Amino acid sequence: MLLSLMIFVPLLGMIVVLLLPRESEELIKRVALVFTLIPLILAVYLYMTYNQPDLEHLWKQDVPWIDTFNIQYHVGIDGLSAILILLTALLGPICVLASWRNIEKGIKAYMALFLLLETGMLGFFAALDLFLFFVFFELTLLPMYFLIGVWGGPRREYAAIKFFLYTLFGSVLMLVAIIAVYLNSGIPDDRTFDIPTLITLAGTPGHALADPVFQRWIFAGFFIGFAVKVPIFPFHTWLPDAHVEAPTAISVILAGVLLKMGTYGLVRINMDMLPEGMAFFTNGVGFIGNSLALLGFINIVYGSFCALAQTDFKKLVAYSSIGHMGFVILGLAAGNETGVTGAILQMFNHGVISAMLFLLVGVLYDRAHHREIDGFGGLGNRMPVYTGITVLAFMASLGLPGLSGFIGEAFSLLGAYERFQTLAILSTIGIVVGAAYFLWTLQRVFLGTLNPKYEELPEINRREILTLVPLGILTIVLGIWPHFAIEMFSETVTELTTKIMGTLEASL
Amino acid sequence: MDYLENIESLAYFSPEIVLVVFAAAVIILDLLVKNRESEKTAYLSLVGLGCSLVAILLTNSILGTDESKNLFFGMIRLDGFAVFFKVLLLLATAATILFSLRSEELDARLKGEYYALLLAVTFGMFLMASSTNLLMIFISLETVSLTSYILAGFLTHSPRSSEAAFKYITYGAVASGTMLFGLSLIYGMTGTGDLAAIGQQLPIVLAEGQVTTLGILIAITFILAGIGYKIASVPFHMWSPDVYEGAPIPITAFLSVASKAAGFALFLRFFFSGFGNSEVMQSIDLGLLLAIVSALTMTIGNLAALPQRNVKRLLAYSSIAHGGYILMGAVLLTNGDAAIVDKGIGAIIFYLIVYFFMNLGAFYVVVLIANEAGTEMIEGYRGLSSRAPLVAGAMAIFLASLIGIPIFAGFFGKWVLFTAVIEGNLYWLAFVGLLNSVVSLYYYARILKAMYFESAEDTERFSFSKGTFALLSVFVVPTLLIGLLNIFYSLSEKFTLQ
Repeated sequence: MLLSLMIFVPLLGMIVVLLLPRESEELIKRVALVFTLIPLILAVYLYMTYNQPDLEHLWKQDVPWIDTFNIQYHVGIDGLSAILILLTALLGPICVLASWRNIEKGIKAYMALFLLLETGMLGFFAALDLFLFFVFFELTLLPMYFLIGVWGGPRREYAAIKFFLYTLFGSVLMLVAIIAVYLNSGIPDDRTFDIPTLITLAGTPGHALADPVFQRWIFAGFFIGFAVKVPIFPFHTWLPDAHVEAPTAISVILAGVLLKMGTYGLVRINMDMLPEGMAFFTNGVGFIGNSLALLGFINIVYGSFCALAQTDFKKLVAYSSIGHMGFVILGLAAGNETGVTGAILQMFNHGVISAMLFLLVGVLYDRAHHREIDGFGGLGNRMPVYTGITVLAFMASLGLPGLSGFIGEAFSLLGAYERFQTLAILSTIGIVVGAAYFLWTLQRVFLGTLNPKYEELPEINRREILTLVPLGILTIVLGIWPHFAIEMFSETVTELTTKIMGTLEASL
Repeated sequence: MDYLENIESLAYFSPEIVLVVFAAAVIILDLLVKNRESEKTAYLSLVGLGCSLVAILLTNSILGTDESKNLFFGMIRLDGFAVFFKVLLLLATAATILFSLRSEELDARLKGEYYALLLAVTFGMFLMASSTNLLMIFISLETVSLTSYILAGFLTHSPRSSEAAFKYITYGAVASGTMLFGLSLIYGMTGTGDLAAIGQQLPIVLAEGQVTTLGILIAITFILAGIGYKIASVPFHMWSPDVYEGAPIPITAFLSVASKAAGFALFLRFFFSGFGNSEVMQSIDLGLLLAIVSALTMTIGNLAALPQRNVKRLLAYSSIAHGGYILMGAVLLTNGDAAIVDKGIGAIIFYLIVYFFMNLGAFYVVVLIANEAGTEMIEGYRGLSSRAPLVAGAMAIFLASLIGIPIFAGFFGKWVLFTAVIEGNLYWLAFVGLLNSVVSLYYYARILKAMYFESAEDTERFSFSKGTFALLSVFVVPTLLIGLLNIFYSLSEKFTLQ
């Protein structure tokens, strides 16, 4: 019950916001904040209770929905979905706060769409019915399209439609895969969308779903759907456009949560349900057997070098996201406990760190109204607090030991080293280049002489600090003691990786 | 086979009789009413439709849901399938009359005839949905066509409308002539006009070598010209953009929904009953032919819609594309597995319900904007989100549904259709269909973009009456709910052909 409550509270908030008069802007913002804080409170409670068996019933629900197709409203959590729900619920109120002053028109529609988006994201991570999973996946599209298209920058229309077209294209392939899985799950009266059931069936020798060739095709269908979302090269080109045009809070949600939807799907469906397919693409034999790891490597190196070349601060952060998501792919491709743990940790940490980075870019943009890295200089003197927080975020993102970014990347690389030695070694280039572009940016924006134009630039204000502090604390705490996060999903990961490695060994 | 004689049949024929009586009554009333602006004829037509609906439900309840009767010596058949289509067509006509009442482009002096003709065309469509004899099929098709020509050209002051009517007639005449030839070939091969008898005879004559598969294929291709023209499938679609653009908007809406639905009803019944033995269809590879027609129809419809700036014309092309999606379900008729044939028909029925609401809703918004902004061009939709937020929101819902995004009904319609197609092992066709959905996003989103991302020079707010919003919500609410509720899925299973 609590889980469903959490998913649909933002939707309720949307309805409340829509009923309020459009003039009472302050009230609308407060209502939106309250309706994003409720999921956060529930998420904190979830963090405290997720591993207590006697409270398990709070966090799942299973009721029939469309009988004709045996579709159920089935939601539930395991370690992986819990940590991403936590991330989503955390970023919700932060984004509402970040939108407090800089959304100038139509705050009512903006908040309504944002709340709808939050329902979509939370529902997606909780869904345990393949159909429901797809519905929530798609539910995020329309609000995102409008949020970028109405409230975005100069090229917002182009960015919005590009985002929409790319994602819809990916999800179309996924839809075919879903239908194929459903049709092969049993005799006509016995077909199911239930993800746990399907996972069991796919592991039952002799069942149609367990057929390796079938799994490969289905794997490819799902993979392209998720790859667009992550985004994995060559499906990534929508991301820089969307990020640059989107308003700050939407960039935060995009980098923080929406990208994770892709990698979450890879774990939930591609790895857990289709281990034979996973084995085929990661067995290390030939080009195809290395393909997943190779895509991770390309993402890391390509994203980092692209980031190095950017002159727009926000675009730099966007490309660095592509690079960092590459580590997730690499860790998942490894398929072993270290790699997958690293990948999931990286998902969460990247969500926190990239959210910080986009918030910080937004702070600067709100003051200077441009994002040219070379247009600043010497801000360190003018805005010391802002500079301090930025340095923290940069260091966390480039993987400084002691901050959270390091652990995820290190584990991913370690895991990958066991399976794909060369690619893992080559991927470290990404870390070096990452350090280069962040330090170089630091130098250009914050050090040197202050651009006279910005002598009167106001320091970061309390509301902005409030959005950044929880994230900053998380990066430090998880950097020192990552176990707070790891213990949530370690059981899930052990189960998953045992299966993957077993399938791999059997297939070789 | 058992059938009812003429007198016995009349009771079951009451819905159609009611329509004809009211059509005549509307003409008489039109002569009696002095005030030319009076809307009495429209309301009388609505009453007529209401009475006909009651008659349909009464005959259906006498009949029982699973029963069927062959009326007039087997000329037409009354079964669940026919009842479903009659109700759908009737509601579409009612919606068209309500649109027409609010439309400002129609000449008020001619409205009496206009409504009488609408009732007459509905009568014809009722016959299309229930004919089981080649002769009856042709007559019903012609009744519908002839009245549609007049309705398409009803804007007597507009050259565009006259052009539409003229094109419609020219294409229609060729198509029905070709079809008639095809029908005569089938009659020649089997010696009967009755669909069920044809279904029995064809395999026999084919086995005996009296006819070749090529002969049957030629006959079917000719017949498809007539039916394909009604459902605007490639290559018989060329008339539809011009006609849709030129005709009064309510008539465009009517043609794109009702005429298409009636066409599909005829199509399904013809192939299901006439070729009940799918071996014949498989021997002539009809499945592949239909699949190609379906793929071409949706692709050409969607690609042609991309550059359109006139929303009415854009929706015309989009409705061609949707016809293509529905045809995918019809391809399944040729499947050897009866369960899959059943699913195909069920999917079409479900999709038509969904399409009814979302497409008519979108056309209603076009009517409203044409009244207020005085244009059908996409420019007229600029800034609609601030000029008329509720109408813009409704249009956004219809468009999202037409694209096929959850949680809107259109998604579930496509879902049911694609699941059936994939179950019939037509992966490639499902693929083409889904890629087409992605393409369609681009032109539907252009309207969204105009409404939400762009602002109009003129920012004055539009004002609409309460009745307008009430009618709009009649389309919005089902577009939101159909897919989420169980009942519509079972409904579509109940009315499939037997």
